[in-house]
Amino acid sequence: MNGGDEFGASGDLPPPLDWRFSQVFGERSAGEEVQEVDIISAIEFDKSGDHLATGDRGGRVVLFERTDSKNATGARRDLEGTDYPLRHPEFRYKTEFQSHEPEFDYLKSLEIEEKINKIRWSQTANGALFLLSTNDKTIKFWKVQDKKIKKICDINTDSSRLIGNGSVASSSNSNSTNTCLANGGLPDNSLSNDFSLQPGGIPLLRLPAVTTSHETSPVARCRRVYTHAHDYHINSISNNSDGETFISADDLRINLWNLEISNQSFNIVDVKPANMEDLTEVITSAEFHPTHCNTLAYSSSKGSIRLIDLRQSALCDSHSKLFEDTETPSSRSFFTEIIASISDIKFAKQGRYILSRDYMTLKLWDINMDSGPVSTFQVHEYLRPKLCDLYENDSIFDKFECCLSGDGLRVATGSYSNLFRVFGVTPGNTETTTLEASKNPMRRQVTTPSRPSRSLSSITRVVRREGGSPGTDGNGNTFDHTTKLLHLAWHPTENSIACAAANSLYMYYA
Amino acid sequence: MSMVDEPLYPIAVLIDELKNDDIQLRLNSIRRLSIIARALGEERTRKELIPFLSENNDDDDEVLLAMAEELGVFIPYVGGVEHAHVLLPPLETLSSVEETCVREKAVDSLCRIGSQMRENDLVDHFIPLAKRLSAGEWFTARVSACGIFHIAYPSASDMVKTELRSIYSQLCQDDMPMVRRAAATNLGKFAATIESAHLKTDIMSMFEDLTQDDQDSVRLLAVEGCAALGKLLEPQDCVTHLLPVIVNFSQDKSWRVRYMVANQLYELCEAVGPEPTRTDLVPAYVRLLRDNEAEVRIAAAGKVTKFCRILNPELAIQHILPCVKELSSDSSQHVRSALASVIMGMAPVLGKDATIEHLLPIFLSLLKDEFPDVRLNIISKLDQVNQVIGIDLLSQSLLPAIVELAEDRHWRVRLAIIEYIPLLASQLGVGFFDDKLGALCMQWLQDKVHSIREAAANNLKRLAEEFGPEWAMQHIVPQVLEMINNPHYLYRMTILLAVSLLAPVMGSEITCSKLLPVVITASKDRVPNIKFNVAKMMQSLIPIVDQSVVEKMIRPCLVELSEDPDVDVRFFANQALQSIDNVMMSS
Repeated sequence: MNGGDEFGASGDLPPPLDWRFSQVFGERSAGEEVQEVDIISAIEFDKSGDHLATGDRGGRVVLFERTDSKNATGARRDLEGTDYPLRHPEFRYKTEFQSHEPEFDYLKSLEIEEKINKIRWSQTANGALFLLSTNDKTIKFWKVQDKKIKKICDINTDSSRLIGNGSVASSSNSNSTNTCLANGGLPDNSLSNDFSLQPGGIPLLRLPAVTTSHETSPVARCRRVYTHAHDYHINSISNNSDGETFISADDLRINLWNLEISNQSFNIVDVKPANMEDLTEVITSAEFHPTHCNTLAYSSSKGSIRLIDLRQSALCDSHSKLFEDTETPSSRSFFTEIIASISDIKFAKQGRYILSRDYMTLKLWDINMDSGPVSTFQVHEYLRPKLCDLYENDSIFDKFECCLSGDGLRVATGSYSNLFRVFGVTPGNTETTTLEASKNPMRRQVTTPSRPSRSLSSITRVVRREGGSPGTDGNGNTFDHTTKLLHLAWHPTENSIACAAANSLYMYYA
Repeated sequence: MSMVDEPLYPIAVLIDELKNDDIQLRLNSIRRLSIIARALGEERTRKELIPFLSENNDDDDEVLLAMAEELGVFIPYVGGVEHAHVLLPPLETLSSVEETCVREKAVDSLCRIGSQMRENDLVDHFIPLAKRLSAGEWFTARVSACGIFHIAYPSASDMVKTELRSIYSQLCQDDMPMVRRAAATNLGKFAATIESAHLKTDIMSMFEDLTQDDQDSVRLLAVEGCAALGKLLEPQDCVTHLLPVIVNFSQDKSWRVRYMVANQLYELCEAVGPEPTRTDLVPAYVRLLRDNEAEVRIAAAGKVTKFCRILNPELAIQHILPCVKELSSDSSQHVRSALASVIMGMAPVLGKDATIEHLLPIFLSLLKDEFPDVRLNIISKLDQVNQVIGIDLLSQSLLPAIVELAEDRHWRVRLAIIEYIPLLASQLGVGFFDDKLGALCMQWLQDKVHSIREAAANNLKRLAEEFGPEWAMQHIVPQVLEMINNPHYLYRMTILLAVSLLAPVMGSEITCSKLLPVVITASKDRVPNIKFNVAKMMQSLIPIVDQSVVEKMIRPCLVELSEDPDVDVRFFANQALQSIDNVMMSS
């Protein structure tokens, strides 16, 4: 690999992956009804891939940890892996906490849902995990740490000695300590003047003895709350590689925060027109470059991606690069603009490529090539005739996420009927897999590998592929627009995908 | 459970509350850690309390912050300087927690203790601590390490010094930007302790690494280091090593870096000396004043006076003034505002003639700026210009500016100008004031916004102080007293406030003859709010006037009020009566 060129290194095509079911959390039993609050609304692996977080519509964040990473990490695991077939990553439930609560904005008479829109992991420190979670309005910074359970077993004051007073351990119950509290605990001068302290100290006094048990339990604490900075709904948060700042994006603005300062943020992008009637385009997603601290990308409802350079000016209203698919769609229709809206963008690990998802396609962009996408993948082309129905039931506005594998060789995104699709992105690679979020992912596997609809010269390296047509739709089931797989994440180092089907978290490996 | 003697009980509680479930109680105990230490004695403090604190450091940040602070001044309680090192372990753990403010406080305390420790203790305990923190697994420890090297370094042996320098250079290249930022921030402090031979080699190469860091946030902290390093280096070394870096930074791609340069540049001029300043830094500064990013121009404009003070007047007039002229009509109001807040200071630098020729037109145009902050900033610094060219040249433009601000529709602007009225009055003199501003001051007493009326009353007091009671008697008091008949009780209340503020300045005689009768009349007001404010006011008048007056005039009035149907009026009347009695008793 040269210079972050994940896809350019052509040559041997990676063998197609054989996807297998690994785990499921929160599986539904037959006939069980899904509670709205339990529906997963965000999934994110941390940088090491040892932890996974999900957020749900009930404002909860659930953390999972890898079971096989405890003793052998990094190089050691790689070495072992050369001798033995590597075990696929397995996760177990670690802890969960209530991140957001429903709120009411009295000034605007608006209910603020507790639904977690995004989760982003921050830098691990001191063995504690840190993450940002956001709902529509408020971002919170969480620390999750394993705490040893401690018990205090020996104290000076004994409750039995105090007649008529309650327990002293909770000293606010006792009258005598109440008087102390009134003076802020204890008057300074009473000690320095009235007590003649013995030079050797007072032997009777002793420090509380604390016994620490070996059991630990994860404790989540909210460290900072970043609020009152967004007039519209927050759709993205993203950490900067400098480790001290992050951005939050809503429909019209992007704000820059310092992790340690929760009472101010800087507006760096503002697309709000002077007159709201002139509004034609909103921000749909934003992400920092994985290594360049001054570069960020945001996508719009018109299907464009803008790259901005924070060095240029304080308010980055002018982009430094604009990526648009200039190719005119073969048939324009009422839906053309709606389905062009990008629902998610992700930088590839080394930052050269950006993956974007619009309603019908996944597109891969090279940030050095703004003439058009490097490749376009049709996700569910068979739905094209049904766009009218999808518009009627609002499904056309569903926001599907997308993800890239750590090595950048494959991309994945979700669809309806709890299906998700994995595409190979190396030039010439036609690997296309359709999986169902169930214990038997290959049930609906499209058997015929899709072929490029037309070959373009390798210079432009544009590859178009056609997905399953309605005829190859699984077992002939009609698609189900209510079971949509919106959220999924690819493990940063291994071929493992976590995806959410309603309230269940399914994990697959290859 | 042990029994504790009665007098020790408060201390026992204090100790127990170190582990109370309530954070407020824990915090309280930690804040009084010295009392606990004295109760335990020095030896048990060393052997029990300090280890106890080292083990119990998984507390809330607030408690940890307090602990870090207390431990910094704990040397006397552990038995003096020879035992100071026992304080290092708890501070070591505190300096690797993830909350920045706790870490910073712990590093502060470590430095404070380290600077008092004996040399061999530093070698045995402090230097190993610095090394341990630099090799910490988490970036938090390494960040803290950067902050204590300047304490560790001086007492180390030559060999260890070499090691410490190489460790610091590692920290400058750490994987984590946070650590590199800390290394950049502390480089100046560390460099100050280093022998000049190594300064030019080791430190400058670290500095160069930092200046080329790909994280903007690291580079801009390196800019801050420039000034500190500049003070340490010989002028010729500054020119060869620092000057190119500064000039590069002033053209950095990132506006944040240029912003830092704009803020710091004047300090660097001193370091490099007059000639390189003229040839390199003045052009760099001029570029920054004309930067295309408004934030950079704001920073540069804000330093224009400080920069000019370093230059000789000819250079300032030749190079800086043209830019200042441009900035005075900058498209960004914030740039103009920053310029307005400092430009008056240029007058003493340029001298009378140059000020009249070059600056006066700028002052006048800024005084007519459409943005009130710009005008206010000019007015707030009027005294600086007055000393150089006198006020007459400005007064013509000043008055319309003041009047316009005084009537601005934003009450905060009106408030700001009121605050400057005493300054203006002192600069403009009684004559000008009487003619032009007196009426405005009265007008504010009837403003719609309470804060303005309050400030207006206060303003009258300050004017009376400035020009003296006689002047006030003539120009303030009659006008104020006239307004007591305003039909709206809120305005009458403002007058009462003004009277109560004026009374101490005017003195006993005028208070009795002029002010008190008005107040007594007001006690018959139909609005209870006025009446209880009269009661409150009378209480404040008691110390000013003679006791006979109190008995003759104030007391009867209060007695009457104390039988008022309104409960609040009775309350304040009784309170005032009580304070009369107290004054009587004490005298």
